[in-house]
Amino acid sequence: MSQSKKERGILRYGWFSRLNHWTIAISFVLLVLSGLALFHPFFWGFTALFGGPIMTRILHPFIGVFMSVFFAIMAVRFFKDSLIKRHDIQWLKQIKDVLSNRDEKLPPVGKSNAGQKLVYWIMVFSVPVLLVTGVIIWQPYFADAMPITLLRLGALLHAFVAFLAIITLIIHIYSGIWVKGSFQAMVRGRVSKAWAKHHHDLWYQEKMDEERRRKESLDRIAGQ
Amino acid sequence: MRGDQINLQNITARSATSPPSPQVRDGGVERVTKLIDVSRCIGCKACQVACSEWNDLRDDVGECVGVYDNPVDLSPNSWEVMRFNEYEDEQGNLEWLIRKDNCMHCAEPGCLEACPAPGAIVQYANGIVDFNSEHCIGCGYCVAGCPFDIPRISKKDSKAYKCTLCSDRVFHGLEPACVKSCPTGSIMFGTREDMHELAQSRTEYLHGRGFENAGIYDPEGVGGTHVIYVLQHADKPEIYNGLPNDPRISPLVDAWKGVTKPLASVAIGLAALTGFFHYATQGPKEVPKEEYDEVEDAETHEEDRT
Amino acid sequence: MTNHWVDIRNANLILSMGGNSAEAHPVGFRWVMEAKEKNDARLISVDPRFTRTGAVSDFHAEIRTGTDIAFLGGLINFLIETDQFHHEYVREYTDASLIVREDFGFDDGLFTGFDAESGSYDTETWHYEHDEDGFARRDETLQHPRCVFQLMRAHFSRYTLDVVQSVCGTPRHKIERVWNMIAETVVPDKTMTILYALGWTQHSIGSQIIRTAAIVQLLLGNMGMLGGGVNALRGHSNIQGLTDLGLLSNLLPGYMQLAGSEEQDYQEYIAERARAPLVPDEVSYWRNYERFHVSLMKAWFGEAATEENDWCYDWLPKLSVNLYDVLHTFERMSQGEVNGYFCQGFNPLAAFPHKEKVTASLSNLKYLVVMDPLSTETAEFWKNRGELHDVDPSEIQTEVFRLPTTCFAEENGTIVNSARWLQWHWGAAPPPGEAKPDVEIIAGLFHRLQAMYREEGGPFPDPILNLTWPYRRPEEPRPEELAREYNGWALEDVYDENQNLICGRGEQVGDFGTLRADGSTACGCWLFAGCWTEDGNQMARRDNSDPYGIGMTLGWAWAWPANRRILYNRAGARPDGTPWAPNKALVWWNGSRWVGADVPDFPVTSPPSAGLGPFIMNQTGRGQLFARERMVEGPFPEHYEPFETPVANNALHPNNPLSKHNPAARVFEQDRENFGTLEEYPYAATTYRLTEHFHYWTMHARLNAIMQPEKFIEIGETLANELGIEKGDRVRVSSKRGHVDAVAVVTKRIRPLQMGDRTIHQIGIPIHWGYLGETKKAQLTNALTPFVGDANTQTPEFKSFLVRVDKL
Repeated sequence: MSQSKKERGILRYGWFSRLNHWTIAISFVLLVLSGLALFHPFFWGFTALFGGPIMTRILHPFIGVFMSVFFAIMAVRFFKDSLIKRHDIQWLKQIKDVLSNRDEKLPPVGKSNAGQKLVYWIMVFSVPVLLVTGVIIWQPYFADAMPITLLRLGALLHAFVAFLAIITLIIHIYSGIWVKGSFQAMVRGRVSKAWAKHHHDLWYQEKMDEERRRKESLDRIAGQ
Repeated sequence: MRGDQINLQNITARSATSPPSPQVRDGGVERVTKLIDVSRCIGCKACQVACSEWNDLRDDVGECVGVYDNPVDLSPNSWEVMRFNEYEDEQGNLEWLIRKDNCMHCAEPGCLEACPAPGAIVQYANGIVDFNSEHCIGCGYCVAGCPFDIPRISKKDSKAYKCTLCSDRVFHGLEPACVKSCPTGSIMFGTREDMHELAQSRTEYLHGRGFENAGIYDPEGVGGTHVIYVLQHADKPEIYNGLPNDPRISPLVDAWKGVTKPLASVAIGLAALTGFFHYATQGPKEVPKEEYDEVEDAETHEEDRT
Repeated sequence: MTNHWVDIRNANLILSMGGNSAEAHPVGFRWVMEAKEKNDARLISVDPRFTRTGAVSDFHAEIRTGTDIAFLGGLINFLIETDQFHHEYVREYTDASLIVREDFGFDDGLFTGFDAESGSYDTETWHYEHDEDGFARRDETLQHPRCVFQLMRAHFSRYTLDVVQSVCGTPRHKIERVWNMIAETVVPDKTMTILYALGWTQHSIGSQIIRTAAIVQLLLGNMGMLGGGVNALRGHSNIQGLTDLGLLSNLLPGYMQLAGSEEQDYQEYIAERARAPLVPDEVSYWRNYERFHVSLMKAWFGEAATEENDWCYDWLPKLSVNLYDVLHTFERMSQGEVNGYFCQGFNPLAAFPHKEKVTASLSNLKYLVVMDPLSTETAEFWKNRGELHDVDPSEIQTEVFRLPTTCFAEENGTIVNSARWLQWHWGAAPPPGEAKPDVEIIAGLFHRLQAMYREEGGPFPDPILNLTWPYRRPEEPRPEELAREYNGWALEDVYDENQNLICGRGEQVGDFGTLRADGSTACGCWLFAGCWTEDGNQMARRDNSDPYGIGMTLGWAWAWPANRRILYNRAGARPDGTPWAPNKALVWWNGSRWVGADVPDFPVTSPPSAGLGPFIMNQTGRGQLFARERMVEGPFPEHYEPFETPVANNALHPNNPLSKHNPAARVFEQDRENFGTLEEYPYAATTYRLTEHFHYWTMHARLNAIMQPEKFIEIGETLANELGIEKGDRVRVSSKRGHVDAVAVVTKRIRPLQMGDRTIHQIGIPIHWGYLGETKKAQLTNALTPFVGDANTQTPEFKSFLVRVDKL
């Protein structure tokens, strides 16, 4: 096919998915930086990135809401691919092999591996909690209407869940750096077949099957 | 810090600041205390007016909600309000308990602990806990941190406000405005020692008047306060419009601001480091060259076939 | 006040009744708190409501509004029957021993001499029995059946605990407790002070309530004592000065009296007032009346006042009725008999009863001049404010002039406080805009009137043309000049009886003893003589030294009379001249003269052996348990029901309709029809002030508005439950005369009163808030109140009337 000649490899993330991902990613990083600034004085310097402490306080929740909207879209779109399957359990059991780059020992996985799925599920849990607790403690719009105990609970949960999300993010980013090709995948959308086969064999097979079926049907049409 | 405190070395604690504040000066500044003797209060609100006048505060003209309390609650423009409570004991004896509600100036202030903005909340050597609007970012964490529900965030400027114990007056050797205005001597001001002595004698006086449970309210849970009450019923502080029985910085706030902050920060750093070392030791996860060739070959073969 | 603010701290018991001192006098209340703390004093609050005073009291007793005479009458009975009265004091210092005329009597609520038609008494019989020398007969044993003591005892014997309970509604145990606490002060080293205010004066029997309190204090030996007395806490700034300077229509400065229209003869006028002693040798200080009167006339008319023209007696107005009080004036205004009105420092539309009638009366005027620092409801009475004040401006032809005046902080001058202190103050800020001091406005008016009289003539020109005006700038008399004039000066050299010069011509007199009846002195107010002497402005003194440590700071400001701080203080010592008790030492005889912490209220060289009575203003030299003809409804106080009362009859004389209410009270015909009935208006109501506001003024001040922003009424929990009213609900309170809408404060502090098988509910209505100023707008409380006053003073009965309450 002429198209596949021009763009080699397999389409892993369409343009919207990539746009969505990076919107979330940038927002998330901004949230982490601004959030950390308010979390511990050690990070106070980050407020300089946002035009000062007060702007940091003002911007953080708005970015949060913005991100939550895009995250909601992504969560829906990635839902199916993120359901945990039996082979994912097996993959997780062999996490040592994963970390030691003994990929040949790993069971084949689908479009997302268990690590990616965990990121998905942690975020699906964290973002709504952060959103709700964030709204509860959001000055000056909502916090005044909240009972103090709720404020305290909100602030505490927000901090804890943010911590969880940040750790997850760090793992997520590192994975992108560590697993060669995955960053490319999210930037350009396509992966090589070999990459797909290596990391996501089930998905690769699926894609190959799809392609074969499509070709066959094209052939049939051509042959008529 | 810019020159926004009258005497910078009098600041002995500072929000969101791990290194210690100046501690060297010693003995020159005595801790002060405001004593509010509830049994002498007639609820005339002179203190409220004096507070408004000295601090240039003008709240909205509110409405009557069916009680004498006005303004109905603390606000950025009302740093103290009188709380009127009708209390009937088991025998049906009626008392009208009128408590002046304002910042307690805790020795261990929950607001200061919760505040994320360095220097937005400070404690002076004399014990006064003060908000420094210059550094306040309006996040409202102090509201969540306070065991007495005191700070209020202004809608006008998103700054937190509360009673300063007239820190400006006190620095110049004057008593707080509320103390000066009180016609019945219900509000007194002096060194912590003197006020405790006075409170003790007032308590004994009340014992003699049949208030067996009269006592001093100076809760230990927050390290004591620089505003103390003499209560006729110290065994039941909650009848004074819900004065907390054993106030302390909420465990929620402690969990949030105590060990969590440094531990979590370290954990975040460690996570990043772990990644780096993992990479350095294990190397990147790459698709082996031969697998590429395999797939390439297959593909080429495929293409050829078509 | 017979005593003074600081002296409250010397009391052992403080009875706050007929007033809510913590609420209305929070600053002076500091002395109550000091008494409690430093003197271990107890504070009793007797009030329909549990008030701010109640909040810090040691004991509170609820009472039905307007029944204080019953409560205190019962106390008198209790003190006498349980023998807890101060025998020596009563025998020596009161008129208990004096014998009353045989034809005096009291029957079924009425004293002898009542004329039902005119609603007034012939007081002929209300006198002591005189001996051949014109002195009152006495029985020092107090056993004579017609001696004042025995008559009083018989009079109050009807006020048993049961009767008091059934009239006042106060629970029995509380009445007994209060009576017992009070009785404890009968011992010489303990005193009770009574603090009252408008809660006693604003009743149709107000003056007699205060009389009853005075009797109690005399029985307990608490008059003239440190920490004792009957103390009126004046509310309005300088209302004390108003009465001192004779602004009431029947008075001249210094409590001298205007003559009645039947008194056309000067000598008779003086003889009636310069009263001779009724007991031999007594001081009877008013016998100097003519000295004060002539000095006043010389101050007013100068050279024109001569002995030949009776010191211009004919120029003084003569009263055709007892009193041209405000009620009377508005009644006449409503009849069209008054058609021009200068309203100065007064807001009658808000401050006087039956607003509808006041509005109608003002609408009858041709012109109304309002002098006030503030925009008042009165000045805008013609404006339609919808529901708040519904009038039709097109129907009102009154022309209104508004003259802005300064307020006290914008001028020098003095305010007389409740303790009779004249404290000089200095203007703190210039007046805003075109505001002028009242004196300048009146001066301008006077000069124009005088000029018109001079140029155009007119009826009765003499008092206007001859009025002295000795001020350096005639258009702007200065407060300092007025003060010097009130003090008085010598027009000729004045000598004492030994021909020693005591005051040179042109000098300020040192005291009122210098004043003369021969025209050689001029004095604008004899009571103020001594306030600005040759030594300067005594009112500006600020020496707070207190040599005896009992709050007697004679160097602080200046008090009338003669810088005396506690009236009748001679009674604070035993007949032999020693203090009743060491802790109560006030003045005493040192062997040659009276000395002590206060200026003795007594001839300083009159030895105890001379036996003069300490109450030197009275003809008897004694405290008057028997008021003689000085009170219009009787020489002994008697309980009469308010004109609108929640009870069917007067429990003390249930079968006599004439004595249900004060028989001598003046009720105008139209107003009688405007009294509501118990059936339509089932709840007793009372009005009052709040700490956060001052009348209708502070509604204009933002901070006060913040502290108490909106009109409310107070209603007890029980009644609120019955009516389905919850805290914060809006309710309508209606009387026969109008209604007000307000927020309901539902409270435990107003308890239902159980009177026999009836439960009586009381409603509390603060007077504040109107349709001007910074607060939330509201109708004026005085839309509700009845147009009837105390029989003696005509102070309106703001404190007791009937209402109904509906949830809105």
